[in-house]
Amino acid sequence: MDGFAKYLGRRLFQFFLVIFLGVSLAFLITNLSPVDPVEQSVALMTNFGATDPRSVELMRQALQELYGLQGSMLDQYLAFWGRVIRGDFGPSLSAFPTPVMSLIMSALPWTIGLLTLSLVITWTLGNLLGALAGYYRSNLLLKLSGAAVMALHPVPAYIIGLCLLLAFGFIWPILPISGGAQMNLQPGLTLDYLRSLIVHGTLPALTLVLVGLGSWFISMRSLVSNIVTDDHVVYAELGGVSSNKIFSQYVARNALLPQLTGLALSLGNVFGGAVITEFLFNYPGVGRLMIQGIYRGDYALVLGVTTISIIAVAVAVFIIDLIYPLIDPRVRLS
Amino acid sequence: MFKILRDMLRYNIEFAIGFVLTLSIFLFALAHFWAPLPDTAIYLLPPDMPPSAQYWFGTTSRGQDVLWQMSSAIWNTMLFGLTVTVLSRLLAVAVGMLSGYLGGRWDQALMTLNDTMIALPNIPILLLVYFVMRDSMSWPVLAATAALLGWNYDARLIRSVTLSLRNREFTRHAVFAGMSVPQILVRQHLPYVMPVIFFTAMNNLIWAIGLEVTLSVLGFSDINRPTIGGMIYWANQHQAIIAGIWWWIAFPIIAVVLLFLGLFLLAISVNEYIDPRSRLSRMGA
Amino acid sequence: MLDTLQAPTTTSSMLRVEGLKAYYQMNYFGVRREVRAVDDVSLTINRNEIYGIAGESSSGKSSLIKTIAGAITPPLRVVEGSVKFDFAGRELDVYADPQAMKAARWQNLSYIMQGSMNVLNPVRRVKHAFHDFAFKHMGLSPSAFRARVEKHLQRIGLDPHVLESFPHQLSGGMRQRLTIALATVCEPDFIIADEPTTALDVLVQQDVLALIKDIQQRMGASIIFVTHDMTVHAAIADRIGIVYAGRLVEEGPTLDVFRRPQHPYTAHLISSLPRIGDNKKRSALPGKPPNLADPPSGCRFHPRCPLAVDKCTNENPPLEARLTGRVACWRAGEVQTA
Repeated sequence: MDGFAKYLGRRLFQFFLVIFLGVSLAFLITNLSPVDPVEQSVALMTNFGATDPRSVELMRQALQELYGLQGSMLDQYLAFWGRVIRGDFGPSLSAFPTPVMSLIMSALPWTIGLLTLSLVITWTLGNLLGALAGYYRSNLLLKLSGAAVMALHPVPAYIIGLCLLLAFGFIWPILPISGGAQMNLQPGLTLDYLRSLIVHGTLPALTLVLVGLGSWFISMRSLVSNIVTDDHVVYAELGGVSSNKIFSQYVARNALLPQLTGLALSLGNVFGGAVITEFLFNYPGVGRLMIQGIYRGDYALVLGVTTISIIAVAVAVFIIDLIYPLIDPRVRLS
Repeated sequence: MFKILRDMLRYNIEFAIGFVLTLSIFLFALAHFWAPLPDTAIYLLPPDMPPSAQYWFGTTSRGQDVLWQMSSAIWNTMLFGLTVTVLSRLLAVAVGMLSGYLGGRWDQALMTLNDTMIALPNIPILLLVYFVMRDSMSWPVLAATAALLGWNYDARLIRSVTLSLRNREFTRHAVFAGMSVPQILVRQHLPYVMPVIFFTAMNNLIWAIGLEVTLSVLGFSDINRPTIGGMIYWANQHQAIIAGIWWWIAFPIIAVVLLFLGLFLLAISVNEYIDPRSRLSRMGA
Repeated sequence: MLDTLQAPTTTSSMLRVEGLKAYYQMNYFGVRREVRAVDDVSLTINRNEIYGIAGESSSGKSSLIKTIAGAITPPLRVVEGSVKFDFAGRELDVYADPQAMKAARWQNLSYIMQGSMNVLNPVRRVKHAFHDFAFKHMGLSPSAFRARVEKHLQRIGLDPHVLESFPHQLSGGMRQRLTIALATVCEPDFIIADEPTTALDVLVQQDVLALIKDIQQRMGASIIFVTHDMTVHAAIADRIGIVYAGRLVEEGPTLDVFRRPQHPYTAHLISSLPRIGDNKKRSALPGKPPNLADPPSGCRFHPRCPLAVDKCTNENPPLEARLTGRVACWRAGEVQTA
């Protein structure tokens, strides 16, 4: 139990460190940049029409107050932490006066849903295929499917998504290529709405699955082909244990441990893929929100989404860290 | 080195395919130095011409030759990728080797920092950097930012190799012989770490090129400098798909997919050549 | 038969190895290599017999026992010869019938692996190993099976609660006992053991050796085992075979081999054993064990042999009966024990 407490303490420390460094980094990037967000916003707003200098000055002050950009660097930094903890990133400029936080909160469930679903599918399928390919090395079908997912693996999400979009949106138009659900449907637990959710989510999810499969496949296959030479597997084979049992209980199960760690490590990257995919399919998640924010020069929104993304990924990593001891007795009972 | 290359070409089909693919794409990119028109010039040719004997891959709606645009674009994209790879290798090697060699508290501190960096989502941070830099964002700045975000996985790998070298006999000899830490790391350990660096470099190159494509597709780079992502960006701006100018999108996609495939095949076959365990199982196969 | 520790009740053979050749065959980036790890070995093991195989490291003894156990994976392959077991009149050819071989494992034939510290799956409780290996052979209900396993563990000196543990919670000695318990729980006819005591400290080693001997006597099983440690052979083997460079060079009842070695290599192995009260300096054998990818001509021991003559360089001596055993040496009669 002692070892478990130590493990938990270390993970918790890492969790807070990620959030601390991530949030500080977001602050530093915005503050050390040569571009003043206030001037940028002012320029953006005065673009639409001539404004008299006095109201520009007032606007400048209001923005500085809104963004917490008054006082020394340290004051600003502390103020930023205060705002992060309160979840208050000020009003969005592009959707004035809606607070950035409520925009993020309405987008976050879409991203979490899309990412969780596609990650579960990708991780399960990639590991299953990889484990089978590593264990039954001479199976031709597994070799071929392996070659297919490995060929897709280096291609960035945007390219795969674009190809899917062209294929199922233009050449053989059977799936919607934009949005999270049908516009005229009332959100709720109706059959029609759920169907619409699934249909709209198919292409984005498929993109993320195709992008992610390869790396799980490759790492699982090489893990398994190393584990099959481990003493406990060789011994079970010599003990006449059935090959199904060896595969599931002696090989795949042991290989899943590093793969779970790998899942935690990959979340940051996977999130990046989701940002791009959401934008491509106009999916109403935080990724699209962020890119729209950039196009519209919405300082508060971009900073808010980045900060929340860093925190959300850290929370997800920590949840996986909590699951790990459940399947590895060496951590649980050392 | 030359002998290894020859053997790999002869006996490893993945390596041979990857090598030929990458080399031909590289030569194609090299050809842009002899392009008939400057690659940033627009509206010099008739727009929207489908592929023909005169314009092999057609022309864009901006009056550019797709073939020559691609040649420049691949060159620029590869240049970006290589810059990121070289810069991030320097970081990965420095952190990985120091962490592995020093061990103890240093190792713990460096690896905690490393794992923290891994847990940060790259794309939102890069987008934030682009957002605050805006017009002062040039491709070298973007490359430097990407390099700062892209070294941590590999630092871990390099660390584990150095860790295993640390307790070897020759390291102790070197310490007794009075060699300094940098001397030991560079003269004694670097040769052993080299294969890992090489393998991670291939993967990093793939990642960096993917990143460049992704960012410039969104228009988040210097859009007037032709890159693979930039071509797709302009095609999207001109609604090339809806207008039926398919060659503007299809050829860049094919080129970049081939490049990825080539680099990836090189990476896995080199990894197999380096990794003793998979080498052993290969002997038996 | 004079010197065997335990006279076998029947002399019918339990294991017959005939003309066995097993080579590592490698082909990597165009370079072919062949390592003759087991080169033309024939031996017979009787019912109720403990047979020890001795030799230096990289002499091919481990490859030999793995080949006998059917535990080889490429690049090691059987090139020629056969390994046949006889279980109560039912013959089993290891390399001709993999299906029957798989069925016989643990029922008739069990194996104790080298480095058995790691043979238990680190992420599963010990009880699952017993279930996976033995349950199907016992024909018992789950509760009766559990009771049988617990009784067996107690006999071996293990508390039955180890069944609920994970391997990392047990000490090295306990894990070794567990593997022996696992290999003997089905009371097989034949046990193959690869360096069963090497990883243990001397005290635990004695314990484990006594245990193996005790189990063998109680169950009436035959055992073949490998170790480089001559004292282990002296302690439990009925007969021993000496392997040098992939070949069996001498074989005989343990006491005879120790008292009157016929082969100069055996003589060297035995003379290098420490004896109480003997302070004489031991002479080291010159040279190194030969590279099995390119073995010496003739008798493979000739470059290191103090008695070598021209014939030894050119002609390979056959393994022939001599006194109570067999020996492969042109000058077998002239060997003196130091």
